[in-house]
Amino acid sequence: MRNLKFLATAIFATVLFTSCSNDDDNTPAPVNEEEVITTLTVTLTPEGGGTAVTLQTRDLDGDGPNAPVITVSGDLTNGVTYNGSIVLLNETVDPAENITTEVEEEANDHQFFYTIAGGLDASTTYSNLDGNGNPLGTEFTLTTGAASTGTLTFTLRHEPTKPNTGLGDAGGETDIAATFDVTAQ
Amino acid sequence: MRTYALLILLLGSISSMSQNCDNTFSGTVIDLHDGSLLAGATLIISGSEKAVLTDLDGRFAFANLCNGTYSIEVSHLDCITKAYAVKVSGNTTKTFKLEHHLEELNQVIIEGKAYGDKSKTILENTISKEELERFSSGTLGDALNSLSGVSSLNTGNTVVKPMINGLHSSRVVIVNNGVRMEDQEWGSEHAPNVDINSVGNLTLIKGAGALQYSGDAVGGVIVTESSKVPIKDSLYGKSLLTGASNGRGFSLASQLTKSYQSGWYATLQGTLKRFGDFEAPDYVLSNTGTFERNVSLNIGLNNFNYGIEAYYSLFKNEIGILRASHLGGAQDQIRAINSDEPLIINDFTYKINAPKQDVTHQLARMKGFKRFDGFGKLSLQYDFQRNNRLEFDIRRGTDKDNASLDLKLSTHSLMLDLDSRLTDAVSLKAGLMAKYQNNFANPNTGVRRLIPDYDKYNLGIYAIADYKLSDHLLLEAGGRFDYTHMDVLKFYRTSFWESRNYDELFPEIVVEEFNNQILTNPQLNFHNASATLGATHSFGKKYKLFFNYSIASRAPNPSELFSEGLHHSASRIELGDLRFNSEIGHKMALTFQRDDDVFDFSINPYINTIRDFIVIEPTGVQQTVRGNFQVWEYRQTNAQLLGVDFDASYAFVENFRFNHQFSLVKGYDRSRDLPLISMPPVNTKNEIAYLNPEFNNLRLALQSEYLFRQNEYPDNNFEVFVPETETMETVDVSTPTDAYHLFNFNSSIDFNINKKSTLTAGFGITNLLNTSYRNYLNRLRYYADDLGRNFLFNLKINY
Repeated sequence: MRNLKFLATAIFATVLFTSCSNDDDNTPAPVNEEEVITTLTVTLTPEGGGTAVTLQTRDLDGDGPNAPVITVSGDLTNGVTYNGSIVLLNETVDPAENITTEVEEEANDHQFFYTIAGGLDASTTYSNLDGNGNPLGTEFTLTTGAASTGTLTFTLRHEPTKPNTGLGDAGGETDIAATFDVTAQ
Repeated sequence: MRTYALLILLLGSISSMSQNCDNTFSGTVIDLHDGSLLAGATLIISGSEKAVLTDLDGRFAFANLCNGTYSIEVSHLDCITKAYAVKVSGNTTKTFKLEHHLEELNQVIIEGKAYGDKSKTILENTISKEELERFSSGTLGDALNSLSGVSSLNTGNTVVKPMINGLHSSRVVIVNNGVRMEDQEWGSEHAPNVDINSVGNLTLIKGAGALQYSGDAVGGVIVTESSKVPIKDSLYGKSLLTGASNGRGFSLASQLTKSYQSGWYATLQGTLKRFGDFEAPDYVLSNTGTFERNVSLNIGLNNFNYGIEAYYSLFKNEIGILRASHLGGAQDQIRAINSDEPLIINDFTYKINAPKQDVTHQLARMKGFKRFDGFGKLSLQYDFQRNNRLEFDIRRGTDKDNASLDLKLSTHSLMLDLDSRLTDAVSLKAGLMAKYQNNFANPNTGVRRLIPDYDKYNLGIYAIADYKLSDHLLLEAGGRFDYTHMDVLKFYRTSFWESRNYDELFPEIVVEEFNNQILTNPQLNFHNASATLGATHSFGKKYKLFFNYSIASRAPNPSELFSEGLHHSASRIELGDLRFNSEIGHKMALTFQRDDDVFDFSINPYINTIRDFIVIEPTGVQQTVRGNFQVWEYRQTNAQLLGVDFDASYAFVENFRFNHQFSLVKGYDRSRDLPLISMPPVNTKNEIAYLNPEFNNLRLALQSEYLFRQNEYPDNNFEVFVPETETMETVDVSTPTDAYHLFNFNSSIDFNINKKSTLTAGFGITNLLNTSYRNYLNRLRYYADDLGRNFLFNLKINY
């Protein structure tokens, strides 16, 4: 008898326990990634004037399964110096957030690297520096040499060793690594 | 109440009126603690010459008593004499319970029996208090690691996750002071939130046999209990201070207990641990410090018949994660793996920066029990746990000091247990459990929720019986059923939702569609049945054979179901699967044991076959703007683990003892016929210990620890294109580390300060030869060596 009573009490308590679950009227709000960089746009404007060439990589689902969409607006002209500027956006939020300003504010902790490969005849120089006089690289110049094709890679490192001689000894973490197939003719 | 008293008075007066003086008053005298019969107890009727002694079965009898109330004094050697008022009315029987003196104030009862067996047909491994104290400055995982068959999955040397016979995380259940820990144990870099200094007794059960705690312990159960408090007026405590050269830190643990004759007691315990960056033989492991603070309070009343207890503990631990392990993508991974040294080495500091974990675990428990004659001991327990886990990554801009993960896991449980001796040969344990759990993922992190918000409801029921067939043979059988309901609110990336075909499979669970995310409301139900069947046979006095077959059934955890995104600390994208069902493990274990003071051993082969085993493994490489990341997906397969654990101890000369341990485990994915990832390599530990009880308990021990190379592993390497060198390079995440051999030294000596206090001084060295090594089961093995030589000094005062 006594155990029956206990059992009854326990079951009652259990029911009481589970029945006081709150109903989920208040659905949670979505979290939009604040730091994710979805879009990198490089605008190359010829020094003497002319049509700018844009290189863009865009990955609207961030770390999601879709691969970035890479577009190159056109070919470069050989033997020309271009003023390059890089814009980083987070387009998962509306309106899109400009990450370039964040990177420029933390210039000491960031640096862009430009890798020319695959036979492309070109060279780059940094146009903007951080507070300590080390390169930052959201602005740069690109000078094309002879007609050629190859790749142009932009790498953004977070907290690199500064100063450095290039990607090899820069360390830090890769925030962006975007490779474009380009032709200079 | 008053009428009740009146009634008694009335009845008493009635019976005393009818003078009848040929009554017999008889009964038994038993020990209050364990109910054992006390022979030779003296019973005297006060104010008379009548006195009797209890016989060997604790029985006594007074003849020729009149109806009335007598004052009876009961005394026994080593017991406190007590007086009872007994009303004799007709032939009367009564059982007296005496409090046996507990002399062991400073030492804690470590013999298994003081705590009771958790499983009767699996050999339990326990770690003694002394042994535990040696790990005072370490973690629970470090202490468990000293047992055969236990290894650990580490993240550096401060996040130590116990692994039992090759299994870990949700497959290992930790029961802390009667409470099943709900501390987000699903993550491989989430260490148990238990303060090792609060543990009085640590028991390991390599299997799911302990159904009273859970039915889903596919790997095993770890039970920690606080020290037993004696029932007598006393005030005692201990303090333990450890200083370590590696990490340049200390650990201070103190405990104070006040107990009363009445059964009331209170224990206050606290631990403070502070370590800076640890060091490998050749460099500083930057950002690996820890800062741990724990406190617990236990208040209760313990009588043989009934008891109540309230317990609260707060565990807070801040752990730095090796700075060089935080990577951007596959290209960074190549650089880090190919470099002999960590890519970031800074000067030693106590400061803990990102990446780091900051975990707070609170546990409150209320428990009461009452024994009913002829029925058993009934206990009711309610407990509440809140686990708040913050993880900080290297971030940019305004988010720099903001956690990237902030999860609050709250769990309420209610348990009703019955522990009953049905007959002399049969005993039964049965119970009910109800649990409610809520997870809240703070959206202010600015990072998508790694684990979604959910409510989880559990109902469980179990019964275990054992039957002592003869003095040599004991059979045990048990069953448990658990029902789990999960009500989840999960945001999926639209692209993932569609790539998995969930839009066609589960259109009904969509709540709302946002820009690039979909809010869904999965409602999941799991029914899990588990069972255990076993036998123990003893041969003569020294040999015992244990056999146990257990079925464990585990519902998938939130991480396995809902992971979807970049796991920064692992530099990989992890994907769960909503469609998972429960995994079911069948474990057969045999143990042959010789129990003897001079030479003892145990050999324990086992085979664990797991259907729908949930494993995470790489499936490809994903491109993002940040570069390439390896994608790891959970999938279900059929797995099998087999192995053997061997322990031996031999006192070959007086005061000298040789201890040996050997563990082997092999794990296979039977569906794909491949080895399982992260299986502990074969290892053996050998120790020569000198112990001289006549000379201040001097103890000197030299230990050798040899870890073989793991030769069976799946090849998960992948290739990525490196623009700088214009080459495809292999990211070697699979190749196991080389074998290594470490030596450790350990010593201690006792001094009596006064009658009540002892001082124990200890000195130890781990990694005596300062060997550079990496452990296959350390998640940071790609980036840095393990710990170098460490000098440990400790002082313990019992008072």
